[in-house]
Amino acid sequence: MNSIHDCGGIDGLGTIVPESAEPVFHAEWERRVFALLWALGFNGFWNLDEFRHAIERMPATEYLQTSYYEHWLHAMETLLVEKRIASANDLSAARDRAVPTVKVANASAPMNLPAVANLIVNGFPSKIEDDRAAAFKVGDHVIAKNLNSLGHTRLPRYARGKYGVIERGYGVFPFPDKNAHGGSATEHVYLVRFSAQEIWGREASSRDTLRLDLWEPHMELSR
Amino acid sequence: MSEPDTHDDHHTPPEDIVVRVKALENLLLEKGLIDLQAMDELIDQYEHKIGPHIGARVVAKAWVDQSFKTRLLADTDAALLEVGAPKNQGEHMVALENTPSVHNVVVCTLCSCYPWGVLGLPPVWYKSEPYRSRIVKNPRDVLSEFGFVVDADKEVRVWDSTAELRYMVIPMRPPGTAGWPEQKLAQLVSRDSMIGVSEALPASFAADSRVP
Repeated sequence: MNSIHDCGGIDGLGTIVPESAEPVFHAEWERRVFALLWALGFNGFWNLDEFRHAIERMPATEYLQTSYYEHWLHAMETLLVEKRIASANDLSAARDRAVPTVKVANASAPMNLPAVANLIVNGFPSKIEDDRAAAFKVGDHVIAKNLNSLGHTRLPRYARGKYGVIERGYGVFPFPDKNAHGGSATEHVYLVRFSAQEIWGREASSRDTLRLDLWEPHMELSR
Repeated sequence: MSEPDTHDDHHTPPEDIVVRVKALENLLLEKGLIDLQAMDELIDQYEHKIGPHIGARVVAKAWVDQSFKTRLLADTDAALLEVGAPKNQGEHMVALENTPSVHNVVVCTLCSCYPWGVLGLPPVWYKSEPYRSRIVKNPRDVLSEFGFVVDADKEVRVWDSTAELRYMVIPMRPPGTAGWPEQKLAQLVSRDSMIGVSEALPASFAADSRVP
């Protein structure tokens, strides 16, 4: 969907403000939201693409006025209700009686201590061993399709309709454009090189380039 | 941060983020979906153990060990396994080498993808719209705001992390560091230099820079 999350190339979104000696978390609630997402994620109610899309579906004005971890919180609340794991009433009732939580010694939740250790060491590799033929090869000239789906996509607006060159094949990965919507498609992913001038016009440096990772259905061969 | 709620079309008071998070946590605990000990452990790992010092070690090793650097660039995942870097949000890594003719810089315009395994959690500016929107279109302006002016005849190569590949930049080794051990070199490898918004720190930044 063409909302504000797809912000590459938009002007007027403000200045970059690096913070010196920035803490990892700025408040206790940020720590909790960070860990809640992972703890909840281990239950397998949704995948990463559905989570990203839940953030993208925030009203654009709200997206811009809230922080990164507020985006996460919004997405968790949205998905819990949509997946019928909790009702909106559950959430508002819990807010009415929110009190400090007593720690429990042994929970049977999927993200337990051994799971955390395993998560950090191994992560969740998403590449799929699949020997299907790739449609493009290194050096192929391609055009990014002008797709304007109302759903989730990882093809940014600024690249659509632009000509690029396949620089590397990365193999087969889940295809987010389907994976965020109940599908389970997998597709080849490629590193694609675009010149800065192709994307931004003649005022860009003739030396500069951009590289994006795109899935096969995002592109077609050009001549 | 946020403006007071001035809407008069409803009667609910402004939501307190702290209450909202606590409520969610309590609800999930009641439903048996979360384990607080595991959450505390995860927070501790990313707040105190996993951070840019891991990436700095990798870069310093690449600076002194040519065969490691070759492996790091050819098969980044395998090379990172050698040094025991965490893999979460760095399962499929690609190392990008800065050279006298190419400067690399990393972004995720669509969300905030970042190589957690080697850099830890990203800083706020990296996740914010101003950086995500501008670095792809005006990279040289953004880099100069970070204090780094790139020569006009050098290529600026912007990497937008749109898939599950995660990128880290190997900055150029600063002059005046010949013969330095890895540990001392690692002090010069800043987080920002591995994102690509700056170069590595000059030799004078090392704690014992006058002692080779």
